[in-house]
Amino acid sequence: MSENLIVPTMAEMMAQGKQPEILFWVGSAGSFDDRAKKITRAFVKILNKANVNFAVLGTEESCTGDVAKRAGNEFLFQMQAFMNIELLNAYEVKKIVTCDPHSFNCLKNEYPSLGGNYEVLHHTQFIQQLLKEGRIDFNKDTYKGSRVTFHDPCYLGRANSEYQAPREILSQTNADVVEMKRSKSSALCCGAGGAQMFKEPEKGNMDINVLRTQDALETNPNIIATGCPYCNTMMTDGVKFAHKENEIKVLDIAEIIANAQNL
Amino acid sequence: MNFLDNIFFALLLAIGIGYFTINVKKLIRNIKLGQDVDRSDNSSERWKNMAMIALGQSKMVKRPIAGFLHIIVYVGFVIINIEVIEIIIDGLFGTHRVLSFMGVFYDILIGSFEVLAFLVLVAVVVFWIRRNVTKLARFTSSDLNGQPKNDANYILYFEMVLMTLFLVMNAADFHLQNLGISHYNSVGSFPISQFIAPIFNGMSEGSVVIIERAAWWLHIAGILVFLNYLYFSKHLHILLAFPNTYFADLNAKGKLNNLESVTNEVKLMMDPNADPFAAPANPDAVPAKFGASDVQDLNWVQLLNAYSCTECGRCTSSCPANQTGKKLSPRKIMMDTRDRLEEVGRNIDLNKGVFVEDGKSLLNDYITPEELWACTTCNACVEECPINISPLSIIIEMRRYLVMEQSAAPMELNNMMSNIENNGAPWPYNQMDRLNWVNE
Ligand code: SF4
Ligand code: SF4
Repeated sequence: MSENLIVPTMAEMMAQGKQPEILFWVGSAGSFDDRAKKITRAFVKILNKANVNFAVLGTEESCTGDVAKRAGNEFLFQMQAFMNIELLNAYEVKKIVTCDPHSFNCLKNEYPSLGGNYEVLHHTQFIQQLLKEGRIDFNKDTYKGSRVTFHDPCYLGRANSEYQAPREILSQTNADVVEMKRSKSSALCCGAGGAQMFKEPEKGNMDINVLRTQDALETNPNIIATGCPYCNTMMTDGVKFAHKENEIKVLDIAEIIANAQNL
Repeated sequence: MNFLDNIFFALLLAIGIGYFTINVKKLIRNIKLGQDVDRSDNSSERWKNMAMIALGQSKMVKRPIAGFLHIIVYVGFVIINIEVIEIIIDGLFGTHRVLSFMGVFYDILIGSFEVLAFLVLVAVVVFWIRRNVTKLARFTSSDLNGQPKNDANYILYFEMVLMTLFLVMNAADFHLQNLGISHYNSVGSFPISQFIAPIFNGMSEGSVVIIERAAWWLHIAGILVFLNYLYFSKHLHILLAFPNTYFADLNAKGKLNNLESVTNEVKLMMDPNADPFAAPANPDAVPAKFGASDVQDLNWVQLLNAYSCTECGRCTSSCPANQTGKKLSPRKIMMDTRDRLEEVGRNIDLNKGVFVEDGKSLLNDYITPEELWACTTCNACVEECPINISPLSIIIEMRRYLVMEQSAAPMELNNMMSNIENNGAPWPYNQMDRLNWVNE
């Protein structure tokens, strides 16, 4: 795992007097969580392969504040937001892409009224664009014969009505894409949203991710596709709970495409 | 002699409508206890939503059986009530079937009322069975015990009685028309009640007239009682679904509002030039409370939501926390909000128009922190609600109060938040390590 990724930072770009096409917002999970870091790397491989002129904020990036906001700490959220906005505006950022639907939602919907106006895309939307423009291609047969089911992240799906982009990408892989009984607007949450990721669940008779994984298992998949680092963790845990980790992989859409590029 | 009837009718009507008006005023006053929120933008989209969702019931049909039956009851109810216009004129002026001058059109009208009345009866019976025999989970969960459960059934009984009275009234009329009794001219068409009419064969003319009159009076009296029962019932949604869908949030579901009071404070904190000791612009202003602990802290749309809630439980049945046995039920959030608002309203009525502190609040006395912290903010409840209610917005307001006014977040969340403050990430990692993934 030490292929060389090309990851310029905004500061470096600025020093060279350049402005990238997009800012890749890595997010806290994508920067620090071991599983999510793999998703980040996979996405960068796609960007590199497609020759996308992008940059990251690197050590200047900070938490969007999304999770604080949903926990009820509007103060902390706005402090984070103002700091980030100041930075983003200083770099004259216009277009942001992120692999985290929570950052996506927060930057897209909640930053504008605090003075942060950007075009924000989820990485599945961006990959879909790259495919459409013919900027990337991949081996269509990598997944021939596999069954894939996609778990809609709440913050991409219901929160922002994006159901198509991930499905269109998957439909181009020649895999058998099967829908869970609850999907799109009626999809069940993975259980991580609203700051649940950072605390023990309230008392109940089951964990939400276990229930959601059951939905996925009913489709008899080889791969559970996700589009969110938190969903990925939750579904991975759910699959382990069901002792199916040897048969079923939980992969982000970015990983699915990067793997098919043999990167 | 006949005069007495008319006066009595006028009186009945005045009491029925008068009491209703008093309650509507109370309702509006209570809703206005909420904080202001601007929903005056985008009126064309708002009208469209109202037309599609409240009038067109576009979200009801997502559960096809319930949706279809509901549409029958709804359409039936609205259309049959056109008949009330005629009843009122007849009642006030002592006429009989005054609109029958419309001829064939009148026949069609009465004929379709009858068919609808019959369909409504069937639908209501199926609804009753779903609620009481097959026991759908969302109708039997514990947050509905007591009044809410009875309320739902009362309305079903009401509908059955009203529809039956309507058909009996017509059947008796039809019978009398056939006998050629004066006053009962041959008008209208009776596709359903003609099959009921034979039960009057052999009865004396006088008895049938009494039955016809009794059904007529009970029918209109029943409608007035129904109208006044609405205020005390979840069936207020018949009226409030319209404003409720009109004023619903039009933003992407993922967008939570940014608290302006917080923005001001944060700007002050971050601006090195701000004078912390400067006199506030308006020294008499009550310092803004962050978040909500009681109904007055919520905004008026949230209070309107609470009055509009149908208690259908679609939100709760789609809630991941509820499905996994946690205490949270978004329906209960709405019902609690309404109950507390009613309590505050009664308090105001008893105390000559001002609210006297009663030592209670929506938070804790009705809704517990345990419920609030179980929410994943997934928006399933908002998506499911057939009339665009957002239980989530109330949950968030109350979390805000817990966190910003009471510092009462669960321990682990406090850790997470101090990590963000210190390291710019919810985990205890150094911000300088943010790019380490590149070389791993
Ligand atoms: S947003 Fe909260 S209350 Fe609503 S369905 Fe999701 S978890 Fe339940
Ligand atoms: S909030 Fe909406 S979905 Fe929930 S019970 Fe009330 S009307 Fe039904």
